[in-house]
Amino acid sequence: MYVAVKGGERAIENAHAWLAEERRGDPSVDALSIEQIREQLSLAVNRVMAEGSLYDADLAALAIKQARGDLIEAIFLIRAYRTTLPRFGGSAPVDTGRMTCARRVSATFKDVPGGQILGPTFDYTHRLLDFKLAADGDVPDADTRSAEPTHVPHVTAFLNREGLIEDAPADDTPPPDLTREPLELPASRALRLQALARADEGFTLGMAYSTQRGYARNHAFVGELRIGSVPVEMDIPELGFAVEIGEIEVTECETVNQFKGSKTEPPQFTRGYGLVFGQTERKAISMALVDRALRWEELGEDNQGAPAQDAEFVLYHGDNIQATGFLEHIKLPHYVDFQSELELVRKLRREAGAPPVQEAAE
Amino acid sequence: MTALDGGFHSPATQSATAFRGVMTVMAQPGHIVSLTGAEPPAPLSAAAGAVVLTLCDADTALHLAGEMDSPEVREWIAFHTGAPLTAPADCAFALGRWDALMPLAQFPVGTAQYPDRSATLIVEVDRLDACGATLTGPGIQDRAQLSVPDTDALIANHALFPLGLDFILTCEDRVAAVPRSTTLTAPEVN
Amino acid sequence: MGLLAKAPAARVTALLTEHPAFDWLRPPEVGSTMVRGRAGGTGAPFNLGEITVTRCALRLSCGAVGHAYVQGRDKAHAQAAALVDALMQTEAAPRIRDTVLDPLDREAQAKRRTRAAKAAATKVEFFTMVRGED
Repeated sequence: MYVAVKGGERAIENAHAWLAEERRGDPSVDALSIEQIREQLSLAVNRVMAEGSLYDADLAALAIKQARGDLIEAIFLIRAYRTTLPRFGGSAPVDTGRMTCARRVSATFKDVPGGQILGPTFDYTHRLLDFKLAADGDVPDADTRSAEPTHVPHVTAFLNREGLIEDAPADDTPPPDLTREPLELPASRALRLQALARADEGFTLGMAYSTQRGYARNHAFVGELRIGSVPVEMDIPELGFAVEIGEIEVTECETVNQFKGSKTEPPQFTRGYGLVFGQTERKAISMALVDRALRWEELGEDNQGAPAQDAEFVLYHGDNIQATGFLEHIKLPHYVDFQSELELVRKLRREAGAPPVQEAAE
Repeated sequence: MTALDGGFHSPATQSATAFRGVMTVMAQPGHIVSLTGAEPPAPLSAAAGAVVLTLCDADTALHLAGEMDSPEVREWIAFHTGAPLTAPADCAFALGRWDALMPLAQFPVGTAQYPDRSATLIVEVDRLDACGATLTGPGIQDRAQLSVPDTDALIANHALFPLGLDFILTCEDRVAAVPRSTTLTAPEVN
Repeated sequence: MGLLAKAPAARVTALLTEHPAFDWLRPPEVGSTMVRGRAGGTGAPFNLGEITVTRCALRLSCGAVGHAYVQGRDKAHAQAAALVDALMQTEAAPRIRDTVLDPLDREAQAKRRTRAAKAAATKVEFFTMVRGED
């Protein structure tokens, strides 16, 4: 427990002023514009949108600027802003089969219909620092090859035709929403996916990595990873029909996992799923692995006691705003709590016959 | 006059004013205030219209009971609030005349863990005056009097506390409330 | 309406040069929509996160009503989209189609084609080599 303290207004104001000055940095260097952050630090912007759970690139860029590049602080600002918005409703589920893909790769089939599209990827770069960027050079236009925009089918659909992979039948149950009702366990898959989609990338990555190293091993292949734009369609109550209200970029990852079968299911492949705002493929792959690990119960697998199988552990510790809020509050005044601890320790020492020590200034 | 008219012309200030009014009557059961600014289609009163505009949105399921469930009212609510319409068992708010809302047992009264997951009933009444049943309890200095539709039903509802329903009574441009925390005594029959 | 919502705000406001008198039925309001996905791409829906949306509704003096729901927080974008929606129900419809909707459609298609062409240039054919021993 921490208690309210009074005073310090002047010091706080001065701290804010200094913070503003530090944020600006050396005034002889040009100030960053929101547009520069949005266009040139777009993956940071994407992460803030994904974990802030609000798709608005300009707001995310502003938050990054205000937070001096501290992405968790920026996510905090976005989450706080989000709560001020009236919600007009929910969209129809986005149809990732209608995605205009900028990237689409499969690690399971080399010859997928629609082809493998590398897109703007770091994958085959040499990870050598490019000092040309320090010189701020112009970049040549990317090559093009004439093509008509088309939609490509999901890779899992091919396996599905042979019945080799579990089905994901369409269903229109209204999903639970953890921004409206507190997260409760047991959590349905829909609730777990929502929590994972906004969970901290580092936490999700660590959890996913643990499954690869043998904690709840379920040997995942990336059946398909795709990045692209999908339209967002919403039912408009006053019109009585659905209209497209915008378009978002998302990253989708479907993993294909070995499954030995259970009492009710024949041996087949099972699926893990990741869907994240923006171009965020590390997060989307991690989400798919953790989603699959959390599905042990519904698939009738053994609980190996692995952290990634523990829904309570994953869902209650993956949100970086909850985590940082609780973690950072311990630096706020706890004087009353600590006074009582101090008294207790002194009392115990007296009882144990320890020699009295000179009391420190309190 | 269509379904698209009759909303708040200045939503930010008018809904804040109306919210303050609803909060006042909830906090001081029996107290009657005037709520204006909404011009809903009949049979909705101006006060009930203002309450709906202020409290209902796409996240609050609304049940329309009896004559309130008309195409005009549905369209007006769809445009101005976006509230999904549902059956009594799933609603956060219900709107209707007292008889149409019966039986009260069909509405959610909350759970021991979440007493707030209960319905608020917006009841259109023919008269709303400071006379009739005696109200005591939180928010009431000594006692208050209010013309409630059915004292026994409200006594039974109070017995469920901390579960139970909350009632907002509307008549023309006036509104009052009887939350579940209020103790009622039937009026003496002369 | 989808075309107007997905177009850049600046293009919609630039292309709409007609500004008929109107009354607000609902002045522009910034809010959000919860975007949903489906587990496995095709299964049960789940909440992915929200997008910012601006909506408004207006009525021209002739009685035509226009609605707009557009992504983002640009009130001028929503107003222009609602005006186009209303004007499309009047005699001005063919003119508005020629001067606003068709150009927006061409621009959107050109943008999609450019992206598709860049993506096509990164299409690869992988050849399976002898598998390494690991």
